Amino acid sequence: MEKDMKLDKKNELKEKLAHYLFLFNATVAIISVAAIAFFVFYRGLQPFIPGNAEGNYNLIDFLSGLEWRPSLGKFGILYMIVGSLLATFGAIILGVPVGILTAIFIAELAPKWAKKIIKPAVEMLAGIPSVLYGLFGLGVIVPWIMQISPQAQGQSLLAVIIVLMIMILPTVITITESAINSVPDAYREGSFGLGATKLYTIFKVVLPAAKSGILAGVVLGIGRAIGETMAVMLVAGNLIAGLPKSIFSPIRPLTTNIAMEMSYAFGLHQEMLFATGVVLFVFIILINLILSRITRGSVLK
Amino acid sequence: MKRSKFSFILVLMLALSVFLVACTSGNETPPTEEPGTEEPVAEEPQNLSGPLTLSGSTSVEKVGLALIEEFMALNPDVVGTYEAIGSSGGIKNAADGVTQIGTASREIKDEEKAWGIEELTIAYDGIGVIVNPANPVEDLTIDQITKIYTGEITNWKELGGNDEEIVVVSREDGSGTRGAFEEILGFEGKLTQKALIAEGNGNVQTTVAGNPKAIGYVSFSSLDNTVKPLKVEGVEPTAEDVINGTYKISRPFIFVYKEENLTEPAKAFLDFVMSEEGQNIVEENGAIRVK
Repeated sequence: MEKDMKLDKKNELKEKLAHYLFLFNATVAIISVAAIAFFVFYRGLQPFIPGNAEGNYNLIDFLSGLEWRPSLGKFGILYMIVGSLLATFGAIILGVPVGILTAIFIAELAPKWAKKIIKPAVEMLAGIPSVLYGLFGLGVIVPWIMQISPQAQGQSLLAVIIVLMIMILPTVITITESAINSVPDAYREGSFGLGATKLYTIFKVVLPAAKSGILAGVVLGIGRAIGETMAVMLVAGNLIAGLPKSIFSPIRPLTTNIAMEMSYAFGLHQEMLFATGVVLFVFIILINLILSRITRGSVLK
Repeated sequence: MKRSKFSFILVLMLALSVFLVACTSGNETPPTEEPGTEEPVAEEPQNLSGPLTLSGSTSVEKVGLALIEEFMALNPDVVGTYEAIGSSGGIKNAADGVTQIGTASREIKDEEKAWGIEELTIAYDGIGVIVNPANPVEDLTIDQITKIYTGEITNWKELGGNDEEIVVVSREDGSGTRGAFEEILGFEGKLTQKALIAEGNGNVQTTVAGNPKAIGYVSFSSLDNTVKPLKVEGVEPTAEDVINGTYKISRPFIFVYKEENLTEPAKAFLDFVMSEEGQNIVEENGAIRVK
């Protein structure tokens, strides 16, 4: 009896210790996100508050401007917002069907040997550093687009879309696959039992059941695409003004604007780069809100 | 049960080790700083030791690193570092005392001079105007280059080349090379909207090497044979022509510092840079000597 009680006490202490250890680790993430948000917003909103030491800039001009010339005091980012959104949209349109079909193949159709090849390949794709995607884009995709483009250069919206499409594949595939796997086998058996074919079962039973999980994958893919920096910097062209007129026009995504100039910038220029970061942050927050809405009723939990 | 116990201990040990590392590294920092701050008191210039910190222009990096390397070979106890963060950042770092010496690849602006920094011109650099090797154009005037970059000339045909659109490649706003290029040619803030922006000398060269219609500019020290440097006003882009003033697109490499931030190694380093040996290193690395 006494021995048991001692053991219980010991266990209780252990539980408590573990509890605080986990709690401590969890706060690291919370503190980080709060600190980053505070830092970016604090620096990035300065230029729009009257009486700022580094000078002021009109918020409307900032959000609706079509020209970025820091040396002339012109900080317009509308054309970057449009470029970032178009690139993300294009990558999703091309990447999501490929990703979902790949996931269906892995989860439902592929023989074991094919699974053994595809799954590691997808995981490898996720692990490739983004700058290498950029080098691939610059060395292969940009020259290819130059051949088919009516414009004189290959750096373009299309190049960004293709690079981003490849980059979001692992996210879409992995999450879709686990969503499909979490659909109970009873659903499939029921469908087969009613005489449905395999394809009918996949598209009419399994996919609808996995819908919210798949949507979560798509939203995470959007997040990855809009936040990508190094890879797109090498293939976007990063022009200083003007909305993209066609898929062959160069663009300047929000992320590369910050990454290219931060090391050189000071004063108002630097604060305007932080302001660009605020816009990017707002987009990411929106995406996360949508994601939490979607996953609320998900099979994935 | 046994397994979970084991993993629990593992987690604890991991957490503990993180703490330990954090603690020990915290204790270690002060001693490494001390020799640096005490050094000026010592009267022995033969035994220099401590940190030597430089930061600034990406264009000066190659020359700066070569100088630091040789200086460290001569003074094994000195630990030199070069952070390539751009001219503006380097000047700011020198003014704030973040690094002892800041490097710039352009003239120091008046607002920066107001920070009370000393300047030392250690070398000159030429900016080469480059095209794809497949481009038949060999020679451009300053006026033509300016018009290309402001968007007034848009076809190679107008310059004696093929009937092709010109793809203008420039650098990001704030880059020392771009600042120097626009200032020397006198078109500050008027860069054509169609210009592609590449980050860094290397990216400009890759872009031009990959596109027969492109024109770009890079500093002499990073020129390689994937691209073709053009003559400017009939003058080859060579060091001699920068020194004798006939090659027009050139700029100074400047070290800036605050006297009070210089440690003994830093002072000795500045002397070394301006010595015969230092200037030889400058020359070996593609820049143009001042002495």
